[in-house]
Amino acid sequence: MPAQSIWTLLSWGPDGWSDDIASGVLVTIALALATLPIGLVIGFFVAFAKQHEEPSLRLAGNIYTTVFRGLPELVTLFLFFFGMPLLLQYVVRLFNPNATIDVNSFVAGMIVLSLIFSSYASEVFLSAFRAIPKGQYEGGYAVGLSKWQTMRLVILPQLIRIAFPGLENCWLSLLKDTSLVSVVNLAETLRQSSVAARVTRHSFLFYSVAALIFLALAVLSSIATSYILRYLGRWEAR
Amino acid sequence: MSVSQAVAIDKPPPQARGWPRARILGYALVGIWILFGAGIVAYLVYAWNPEFFARYAPAYLQGLGTTLSLVAISMVLGAILSLPVAYGRMSKSPILSGLAYCYVYFFRGTPLLVQTYLVYYGIGSFRPELETVGLWWFFREAFYCGVFAFSLNTAAYQAEILRGAIESVPRGQWEGAASLGLHKLQTLRKVVLPQAIIVALRPYGNELILMIKASAIVAIITVYDLMGNAKLAYAKSFDIQAYIWVAIVYLVMVEILRHGVEWIERRITIHLHR
Repeated sequence: MPAQSIWTLLSWGPDGWSDDIASGVLVTIALALATLPIGLVIGFFVAFAKQHEEPSLRLAGNIYTTVFRGLPELVTLFLFFFGMPLLLQYVVRLFNPNATIDVNSFVAGMIVLSLIFSSYASEVFLSAFRAIPKGQYEGGYAVGLSKWQTMRLVILPQLIRIAFPGLENCWLSLLKDTSLVSVVNLAETLRQSSVAARVTRHSFLFYSVAALIFLALAVLSSIATSYILRYLGRWEAR
Repeated sequence: MSVSQAVAIDKPPPQARGWPRARILGYALVGIWILFGAGIVAYLVYAWNPEFFARYAPAYLQGLGTTLSLVAISMVLGAILSLPVAYGRMSKSPILSGLAYCYVYFFRGTPLLVQTYLVYYGIGSFRPELETVGLWWFFREAFYCGVFAFSLNTAAYQAEILRGAIESVPRGQWEGAASLGLHKLQTLRKVVLPQAIIVALRPYGNELILMIKASAIVAIITVYDLMGNAKLAYAKSFDIQAYIWVAIVYLVMVEILRHGVEWIERRITIHLHR
């Protein structure tokens, strides 16, 4: 083993690993940011279904959360990563018998993380829905707003404010869950650090770096969310 | 609905009868779930392979045992370790509370997978040093490393649960007990904890469920728990039912626990319901 100093290993360039790890960090952030809107939208609609007066809608929503909150993230990931190509291949081969399908690990990770994120977010949205008094809906209908308008103009602004702290927790666990996608060879932070650790044999160093990066991402997110919270608070004061 | 009489012109949402849009959608979604479930059952029946079952079912059972013991040991060790951490978090000394805060922040802010790697590969890379200290036997075994990482991780979460529960009991309870001549430990045991447990039960249950789910991670550091055996079975047979079975087992476990916690919660809050 060549005696390289820690600083050479951590430098930017051909000898160091900082550039490789930085590209991994970008993938991590991209994955989390790509998952967020999908998960939020699905989560909102699942919560909407779960508080609806129609029992069949409630049942469908409850099954969704039960399944995706009950399964370990890793199992869901593997099921999708290995199972989805089989299913797609089965469908595609009905039309084109020679087709083979490979699932991109970024896409698989995005789908799985959206499913998990949305099932947790739906619980947050649900409790926010329950915190909004019925009078808000009735007031909306009373001034002649349609159901959709009431939802968009009256309920949603309050809902976001109530749900925000819970959603922040969901976001933090989403950030941490992105590390699981490294298992299906997505070159994100942890994967790149593992490669560096294996090549240089400085495992402790590089896994510590990965841990610190995730910690820094968490700190950055809480700074960002405190800004958003202040913005939402100003909105409320008006 | 009282509104329906008051506002006759702007039609309030009518009582759902017949087939309103929501019901059609709801039935369609439930139908999709039923189809999905039936599809999986049909697949499992179609792919039923006695040989596969005979070969891997015992391994799965053994893996289930590994998973459960890993979670149980980690939960207990984490609970013990969480006591000083929670004490530090609540202490007035800035050094103690700062240290405890850093501990909690680190273990809650980084992924469990990274922590597990850090213990198994990271600490494990200091083999000569560990051998001189005589701890190599511990860090050589992936299972022990898993237990180590999981205990540290869950201790941080459990410390926060404990702190939240104890702080949820109003100060007046402490003062009342003190005025009756109970000392601190007696107050904690006889007055505060019984009330704190009610608050803490659900988070503790959630933490247990999270641990069971998270324990699948140790499969990656070569522990043959439930997930590890599923990985092995899949690698040998390339049969996706390896993962479907394991998903069913995890789902059943989590559901049993969830309903168990709800049942206990109903029992211990019986005096709060009217």
